[in-house]
Amino acid sequence: MSEAIIRLRSRTVVLPTRDIDTDQIIPARFLTATSREGFADALFHDLRYNADGSLNEDFALNKPEARGCEILVGGNNFGCGSSREHAPWALLDYGIKAVISTKIADIFRNNALKNGLLPIVVDDDTHKWLLENPGTEVVIDVAASTMTLAGGTAIQFPIDAFARYCLVEGIDELGFLQQQLDSIERYEEQRSWTP
Amino acid sequence: MFEKVWVDHVVVEETADTPAVLYVDLHLIHEVTTPQAFTLLRELRLPVRRPGLTLATMDHSTPTTPVSSFKDLAVVGEGAARQIGQMQQNCKDFGIELLGFDSDSRGIVHVIGPELGATQPGKTIVCGDSHTSTHGAFGALAFGIGTTEVAHVLATQCLLQRKPRTLAVDVTGRLSAGVSSKDLILAIIGEIGVDGGTGHVIEYRGDAITAMDMEARMTICNMSIEAGARAGMIGPDDTTFEYLRGRPRVPQDADWDAAIARWRALRSDDDAEFDKTATVAADRLQPMVTFGTNPGMVVAINDPVPDIAGDASFRKALDYMQLEPGKPLTETAVDVVFVGSCTNSRLSDLQQAAAVLEGHRVAAGVRMLVVPGSQQVKRAAEALGLDRVFVAAGAEWRESGCSMCLGMNGDTVPRGQLSVSTSNRNFEGRQGIGARTVLASPMTAAASAIRGRVADPRPFLQVSAT
Repeated sequence: MSEAIIRLRSRTVVLPTRDIDTDQIIPARFLTATSREGFADALFHDLRYNADGSLNEDFALNKPEARGCEILVGGNNFGCGSSREHAPWALLDYGIKAVISTKIADIFRNNALKNGLLPIVVDDDTHKWLLENPGTEVVIDVAASTMTLAGGTAIQFPIDAFARYCLVEGIDELGFLQQQLDSIERYEEQRSWTP
Repeated sequence: MFEKVWVDHVVVEETADTPAVLYVDLHLIHEVTTPQAFTLLRELRLPVRRPGLTLATMDHSTPTTPVSSFKDLAVVGEGAARQIGQMQQNCKDFGIELLGFDSDSRGIVHVIGPELGATQPGKTIVCGDSHTSTHGAFGALAFGIGTTEVAHVLATQCLLQRKPRTLAVDVTGRLSAGVSSKDLILAIIGEIGVDGGTGHVIEYRGDAITAMDMEARMTICNMSIEAGARAGMIGPDDTTFEYLRGRPRVPQDADWDAAIARWRALRSDDDAEFDKTATVAADRLQPMVTFGTNPGMVVAINDPVPDIAGDASFRKALDYMQLEPGKPLTETAVDVVFVGSCTNSRLSDLQQAAAVLEGHRVAAGVRMLVVPGSQQVKRAAEALGLDRVFVAAGAEWRESGCSMCLGMNGDTVPRGQLSVSTSNRNFEGRQGIGARTVLASPMTAAASAIRGRVADPRPFLQVSAT
């Protein structure tokens, strides 16, 4: 289902605010959609647009230098809040392919990985540098789990081995789960109580 | 306790290279986070593997405008109507039980699971909704999942999971009058932070927790996710079993006794180890209110809003809320009061709000909505005459649903208005574009409705006691 993601090279766009929640990433009123596509315009909608519907030119994503940026650097605890997978769908639909922060919320991270959006957790010093240097070019190598900053500093980032395998090989987790059906049936037969 | 439930549901052990395959005992689904999952099943020509372990309702995009018959429920917006239509069709096509508009058992998914007795100790429970943590109040391992994972569970009844770490939160002492479990969980989130539980399952323990009824415990576990934890759990005890006894979906007759024996063994052993621990004192706790744009930005009702000089995120939150540091929230003018949501819409929540409101009027210019968590809660409240208390005070008594917790069903807070809300999230725009949300307990919400300003409920309780 997902395309293989091996390497990414892009300038960064920076949203330094802490605790950017999924209601900011995509407000609930856009969740009545029934498909996975078409969320690009909903991304950060109430921050990107003013009350009168005009573009908020002060918002980082709207600045000319943010055009084409595929890597978003966010403040600590990015993606907290609801379980809506619409959040990574909207980011991807807009063109963001990786999110970097010091902490990324659990459900958002899971949802991101299942859709090929890279959630990358870095240390405080690297994070601080990235926040202070918006627009810097970053190269992400998924297979090697490294992020290379301008100047050539390569930083190792943590990523679950299975998630990395699925990303690099373009493997769908549902297919993997279905291969476990024998074990699942055996579990159901052998358990001591039934729900 | 977490360890016991986890081990009991591991189908395939995790390794360095692969996550565990974890079995799901109860899959709750609702209209907002499932359409894309069913589309995937159709594309892959897969059936729902265990429809009997799946239970559906509609709550998020459903209207709560009062009607005399469910047939009169008018869904707000084309998108919501299409979503609800798809939910009905998907459940029909895939053989899933749907507690739809015509069901007496309909309601917010996290209210009806326990109410029906479908939520039980020791179960693994998932739902495409982060507040699934609510069900952990029964000693279940319950957590929110995304839509792709909803498809995984529909197709296989399993999930791929890495084992989370554990965090014990010990609550010492007892809550005083006028202070509820909502105030306690807000204080806990304030203490450990909105990311303090990330990667962890929280177990809440201690005298204050043991003394709580199940509805209060659900409020605690409900907001675990607001501390970043996917799940919160409370050890099952006699309070748990008495709540469940006689409910339609619990084990019956001899199976009930066997279940109790199994459930009793779930409690954490005395020497259980946790990866992290935190302690919160209940004794001195005051009613709590949030002042910022996440639930961790919280303060005791009479304390001043703190100041973190030079912190841009903090400043941004205060600017959005139009609040100043150094002053308490009391006296801040209120436009809307919302009593409802999966956090605080159960019968005891409504009773607490009604106890404060009885004999008073909602202040002029304030709109107050009271939205029961389920049709069953609605009927029970009406049997006690609570609806008459609310209506006599000038509040709106609504049909069940998620309502104003998240602005996607027609119930919204207008731009710039201040809402005192018993829901779980004060995020920017959560209750409507530009809405300013103050999270509080049902008692504080009711007191604020009377005064038209953020208000301490305790004076009202003293008045009604004399």
